[in-house]
Amino acid sequence: MFSYIVRRIAVAIPTLLILVVISFILMFAAPGGPFTSERPLPPDLLANINAKYGLDKPYWYQIIHYIWNVVAHFDFGASFKYKDQTVADIIKQGFPVTLTYGFWSFVVAVLVGVSLGVVAAIRQNTWLDYLAVGISVGAQALPNFVLAPMLVLVFTLWLGWLPGGGWNGGQWPYLIMPVIALSTSYMASIARITRSSMLEVLNAGFIRTAKAKGLPMRRIIWRHAMKPTMLPVLSYLGPAFVGMITGSVVVDVYFSTGGIGLFFVNSAFNRDYSTMMGITILVGALTILFSLVVDVLYAWIDPKIRY
Amino acid sequence: MVFPDKATADGLIEAAALSEAKGRSLWSDAVGRFRQNKAAVFALYVLIAITLFAFLGQFLAAYSNEEIDWSRLGNIAQTGAPSFSNGHYFGLDDLGRDLYARTVQGTRISILVGLVGSLIAVVVGTLYGAIAGYAGHRTDNVMMRIVDILMSIPFMFVLILLLVMFGRSIGMLFVGIGLISWLDMARIARGQTLTIKNKEFVEAAVATGVRPFTIILRHIVPNLLGIVVVYATLLIPGLIITESFISFLGLGVQEPSTSLGALISKGASQMQYGVIWQLLFPLFFFLATLFAFFFVGDGLRDALDPKDR
Repeated sequence: MFSYIVRRIAVAIPTLLILVVISFILMFAAPGGPFTSERPLPPDLLANINAKYGLDKPYWYQIIHYIWNVVAHFDFGASFKYKDQTVADIIKQGFPVTLTYGFWSFVVAVLVGVSLGVVAAIRQNTWLDYLAVGISVGAQALPNFVLAPMLVLVFTLWLGWLPGGGWNGGQWPYLIMPVIALSTSYMASIARITRSSMLEVLNAGFIRTAKAKGLPMRRIIWRHAMKPTMLPVLSYLGPAFVGMITGSVVVDVYFSTGGIGLFFVNSAFNRDYSTMMGITILVGALTILFSLVVDVLYAWIDPKIRY
Repeated sequence: MVFPDKATADGLIEAAALSEAKGRSLWSDAVGRFRQNKAAVFALYVLIAITLFAFLGQFLAAYSNEEIDWSRLGNIAQTGAPSFSNGHYFGLDDLGRDLYARTVQGTRISILVGLVGSLIAVVVGTLYGAIAGYAGHRTDNVMMRIVDILMSIPFMFVLILLLVMFGRSIGMLFVGIGLISWLDMARIARGQTLTIKNKEFVEAAVATGVRPFTIILRHIVPNLLGIVVVYATLLIPGLIITESFISFLGLGVQEPSTSLGALISKGASQMQYGVIWQLLFPLFFFLATLFAFFFVGDGLRDALDPKDR
């Protein structure tokens, strides 16, 4: 087990390095630098600015310097556009917001998705099952950027129940719509995966044995069927996490929640390379960390897995 | 291929004919199974209709997608509603342009992105996976580790990075989507190749001295096609969502061109001004396209993928 974790980390580190190098290569290869504008700066001025941000150094030096600063000081460099802010400041400002609604979306997606799937599987081929399957098929094809305006249309414009955007320190009326928009399609996928997985488990021999012993259904589901059912769900959590991080961009833009996605899109419009790279690398690190956790959990739950 | 003698050659040709007959029946079996799936058949008709709409719809349009109707501009909520009498079948967008023409053009871009992306996935992914699976050993290990690494990169962020640094254009979008779309396909193709390469006909090909690359192209890839077609179809809606996502953020297709994502984004930002049709028409075509691809893909999977039978 321990050697498995070590080996997984050994793969994770080069992955992150490759991500950093790819981002840098993109920046070096891009036509025009971050300070190219419609009114060209005088060459000596441009050289000065480049020197200030370390862009005059050789490429390999820039990359190593960057990695060292991130690892040692959590320093992603200065923002190319906001003169008084570093990328780390921006991350510290936006990240807690993203984390808050991301956490709740994740909880909602998993809890609702798994319960929906389990209920559908237990009551297979009843109206409950059809309803659950119908909901999950419909919700799966609804991307968050479609769902978000529809929610605003119904709950803000027609019913007037919820504020159409803003954050306000994360009070729950401001949290509801971002969480629904972000979690729905993953909830649907989780429900579908849980349902088919549970159906497969319920047909397995050990469940028949449990039934033959006369165990009550409730106990069979909770004590025996739940754990193997969760395995495919668990392996879906990695992609779901990535999707939610990506979806946070839509939530931030549409609901003005002020999370990390808003800064990412703004920096994309401003060609603020350093902020974009900082956020990309942070998100990449989180993704890799999360898939590491999921893999380790998986190996821990499933005794059949070889590691 | 040179056969040692006529009898063997005849035998091989016969065997080839036999396997061809069997191959055809496999596909016609699949067609039969697909036909029984009513939802999938209906979705296929919807898909054909949408495709016709996207590629021929502009001939029915009374206006182009960039013409501004100055007489109605400034009062779109009252005078820009969908109407057959003035030729704006879907109404006007916020800048007084014909929404019908724009929806046709947006649907076309979305479908193109899906098709081109999955075409790249099919060509690159299948070959990559088949080579990795057939080569095995260290080559396989290295090739699949590369796929693993690329997969754990937050590609949406990298795609936006790419679009910002190299300029937003539909070409760049194709390149960016093409860069990642083949990864899943490579994994699937590799897994399938591992089982195929131990079959007798591959052994026979090796024994008769066929070169490895020819074996991959002539004997392995054709046997991957079923599963490849299924996943290519299921990939398309994902790619359409990706493109629309990027366009929703305003980082994709540039004006005056548009895509369904950009239209939805515009419609969503205008909906409180009583011009709800600006959201509903693009949204309808977007969802119809997605659902159609999902159901056709599902039907194909039931028809072609032996695992789920």
